[in-house]
Amino acid sequence: MFAYLSSPKGAGAGPRRPREADMSELLYSFTDAVRLIAALDPELAGIILLSLRVSMTAVLVSAAIGLPLGAALAIGRFPGRQVIVVVLNAFMGLPPVVVGLVVYLLLSRAGPLGELGILFTPAAMIVAQTLLITPIVAALARQVVEDAWREYEEQLRSLGARWHDAVATLLWDTRYSLMTVLLAGFGRAAAEVGAVMIVGGNIAGVTRVMTTAIALETTKGDLPLALALGMVLIALVLAINVAAYSIRQFSVHRYG
Amino acid sequence: MADVVAQRRTLLPLVLDRVGFDAGGRAILAGIDARIEAAVRTVILGPNGSGKSLLMRICHGLLAPTRGAVRWSGPDARRPGVQAMVFQRPVLLRRSALANVSYALKLAGIGRAARETRARAVLDRVGLAAVAARTARVLSGGEQQRLALARAWALEPQVLFLDEPTASLDPSAAREVEAIIQAIHCAGTKIVMTTHNLGLAKRFADEILFLIDGRIEEAAPADRFFRQPRSAKAGAFLQEELPWS
Repeated sequence: MFAYLSSPKGAGAGPRRPREADMSELLYSFTDAVRLIAALDPELAGIILLSLRVSMTAVLVSAAIGLPLGAALAIGRFPGRQVIVVVLNAFMGLPPVVVGLVVYLLLSRAGPLGELGILFTPAAMIVAQTLLITPIVAALARQVVEDAWREYEEQLRSLGARWHDAVATLLWDTRYSLMTVLLAGFGRAAAEVGAVMIVGGNIAGVTRVMTTAIALETTKGDLPLALALGMVLIALVLAINVAAYSIRQFSVHRYG
Repeated sequence: MADVVAQRRTLLPLVLDRVGFDAGGRAILAGIDARIEAAVRTVILGPNGSGKSLLMRICHGLLAPTRGAVRWSGPDARRPGVQAMVFQRPVLLRRSALANVSYALKLAGIGRAARETRARAVLDRVGLAAVAARTARVLSGGEQQRLALARAWALEPQVLFLDEPTASLDPSAAREVEAIIQAIHCAGTKIVMTTHNLGLAKRFADEILFLIDGRIEEAAPADRFFRQPRSAKAGAFLQEELPWS
């Protein structure tokens, strides 16, 4: 095993190296990729749909946790608050593979949550992505809500708002900024590969999502499928950013 | 009915007992003694930085005085809606004008059914019925100020604090706002207001608290204050602020 790692030229006896593609092959791959997308290839579609399902569910769960948490951190003044804020900010940059590893340990048969038996299922992938993006959602939401609170505090206190009234009011009043926060979380979830690879296992038709499929197909040499998925992923990320930008523009125009 | 009104009007007088406020080792307010009575219109005058806004925030309960005490005559001065304040730059929520008023009523514990009726009625009184469904933050400056007044008025507070209600408004918008403040007074709410608009102060005030460098330099009935200020500083202030708008 280690011999293989240290001597990549051992093509004869050891495992095959990933095949490299020449220029013309790349061109063919690209046209094939476009054809796959245009034909709505069922394998491709299945992978894309699973990606969307997993990442959207993860965003919904992390919104339910992260938005109230972020708002409470923005408004509340309690001991330990600053520690939580710093930790959340640091966790925004959690390495996906590490999150994957932790979830793997928790969900593996010997692990504390092994009873659930969800390792190598989409549920495990949702758990991993939720852990990955909840800190992002919470930290960004805290920033958004804290800025608003600076503006609203006297007015809301004057009207007699208690802290939980203020949390609800600010979450609602910053809803368009928070939607872009969620889109950022979704972008991160959909584009990460390490966590879903480890806890999902990249099983065809079960836990294979866009990023893990790209990694696999590239090493296998099936460049058309990898490229097609790559294009869809980039288009998705682009669409998310267009959506985030449009929401901002709309809210400024509509709500001041 | 008269009994109910009599019972409700127990918050005043408001007594300020040697109220002081220190910040950064400096006394911004010092030794404020005042008795603010019901029914009369109180206007706080003074140059910029004299502590007018701070004094109102302390009266309203947003800040605690670092020295002395603020004493209301009733026990429930902190109950939402009993007293209200309109800030120099009121914060309107990102929702419709009507929803802004309903929001304040909800916090004051008014039931859902009564809220909309009351909100619509007060918007009508301030001339905003036509824009009730519009988003508050895209209204004009004058409309936003009237909405802020409507939101406070809807609560039917016993005391309403107004911080520079006509600042940064053009003359016609300022006149509309002045008429609304007058109407709120006539409807039975005690008004405490700061202003730089001496014309407004002269037309509106029953009594003047003249503040300078965080102290009450002169407290007097308005007509006497404007005719013949007792303190030299008040006289200089009135001279400097001419011409009256």
